[in-house]
Amino acid sequence: MEHQSRWFRLFIHLMALLVALIILMPLAWLFVMSISSNADLSAKPLRWWPNEIDISRYATLFDRSDNSAGQAFMASLFNSMKVAGMATIAAIMVAIPAGWALSRNPRLGWVLGGIIATYMLPPVALSIPLYFILAKFGLLNNVFGLGLVYLSILAPFVTWLLKSGFDPIPKDLERAAAIDGARLDQMLRIVILPLAMPVIATATIFAFLLAWDEFFYALLFTSNQDAKTLTVAIADLAGGRVSDYGLIATAGVIAALPPVLIGILMQRSLISGLTNGGVKG
Amino acid sequence: MFSERMSPRALLLMLPLVLVMIAVIGWPLVDTIRLSMTDARLAGTSGEFIGADNYTKTVSSRNFQSAFWATMRFSVWSVLIELVLGVLVALLLNQRFYGRTLLRALMILPWALPTVVNATLWRLIYNPEYGALNALLTQIGMLDAYRSWLGEPSSAMTALIVADVWKNFPLVALIALAALQAVPKDIRAAAISDGANAWKRFRYVIMPYLIGPLMVALVLRTIEAFKVFDLIWIMTRGGPANSTRSLSILVYQEAFAFQRVGSGASLALIITLIITVLAVAYLMIMRRFAGEAR
Repeated sequence: MEHQSRWFRLFIHLMALLVALIILMPLAWLFVMSISSNADLSAKPLRWWPNEIDISRYATLFDRSDNSAGQAFMASLFNSMKVAGMATIAAIMVAIPAGWALSRNPRLGWVLGGIIATYMLPPVALSIPLYFILAKFGLLNNVFGLGLVYLSILAPFVTWLLKSGFDPIPKDLERAAAIDGARLDQMLRIVILPLAMPVIATATIFAFLLAWDEFFYALLFTSNQDAKTLTVAIADLAGGRVSDYGLIATAGVIAALPPVLIGILMQRSLISGLTNGGVKG
Repeated sequence: MFSERMSPRALLLMLPLVLVMIAVIGWPLVDTIRLSMTDARLAGTSGEFIGADNYTKTVSSRNFQSAFWATMRFSVWSVLIELVLGVLVALLLNQRFYGRTLLRALMILPWALPTVVNATLWRLIYNPEYGALNALLTQIGMLDAYRSWLGEPSSAMTALIVADVWKNFPLVALIALAALQAVPKDIRAAAISDGANAWKRFRYVIMPYLIGPLMVALVLRTIEAFKVFDLIWIMTRGGPANSTRSLSILVYQEAFAFQRVGSGASLALIITLIITVLAVAYLMIMRRFAGEAR
């Protein structure tokens, strides 16, 4: 290895510290805001750590008594889970067979190209007819309707991920299974799925996070607690007349917690998915 | 069983996906094209055919032009800074230092933070009366009086770009780091023993490994940035004085706030066309890169 001078090593450590601070400071501030009293948050000069730790806002948001802010918030939390859950399961179910077929048929390369292109379509290009379709079937402001719309994002995305995940699985196993007389569905269930489980798990997480994050369609197609998702609820808080900045921060912390925990726990597979997915195709 | 020939079985396996995609993507897209040639409104009239009127009106309108340039400014600056910062941080993460594993792990956090939460967080940080940025800059003596970062046209766009860069540069850094780790150690060692200086080593040894993944990141990030809606909607709603109004926000306002569905559709398709060009570029790069890797 190259000889590294003491100054160079000091420089590297300082830079690493700087990057760590840049990443952590905004996140830490979000958390501090959520546990600071309003007096501390509006103090000048601003207090960077609260006088007294105040966790009452978490209690407020988890309080489900009638017509409370907590009830609306919890409803949106459950809506987000339902919509993201339904859309993810449906996307995985259509994407497994399709991803397998694409992986085993190089001739279908152009189809894959088309699928990737549709994933890149801007939501605004589909939003107007989707609005009319949902209105026609009475699915506006409905978790099922929103889940259906999310399939337009998740289905192509998951197919693309699974196709690249299936590629390294050797074909010999399928040939052997075919010689033994396995049917198509048996081959998928018994031969492919067990081997592809890690890939499917990663794809499921990516899909869920994507749906959890979605805002544009949710803003357009939902209007009250029946279907409003967490992202829209937070945008309402941030854009409304709420002057309790700590409450907005608390809602943000709660919404960020599931994806951040997943991110930390599944780091390795997520990073390899993120860094390979886009490159392999 | 799957030979080079496309089998009926493959088509059967594709069928569920194809049906779903026709229902939620294909049909709506075709309908957007139809609507873009009508004067339809959100409620009431289903619209008369008016040919390309919407397109000519849209392209020549001042709103479209200002939104186009706002979107360009946002995309070009965000992506450019993300790429440069991402590569620099990746080079850093590839060095040896205490806490390297931890710092690499931290990089996943901004990526995992939902976009809406990121936007809300930065909106709070930029708050004109109680925001952390004003407080911080005043306390260290860099600012005399509190400013309304998102309320002034001169600073609003920069503030948005900072928020976008913070969330996305770590992803670029992780992609670049993976590419750096693919550079064989002996090639590096050989370049050092041949006396190549740091810049030459970066340019001729590392760059060939970095360029493919970086091009992919460049195009994907540009597409994402060009579609930007959430971040701007939550932080500024396109203001002040429409200085941060992106194309997606303009479509939202035109089609859903002003209910002019026909012209909103034409605008949406113009964005789609621009993104299609970028997507084709992406596919071409990917094919070339995949060819090289084999």
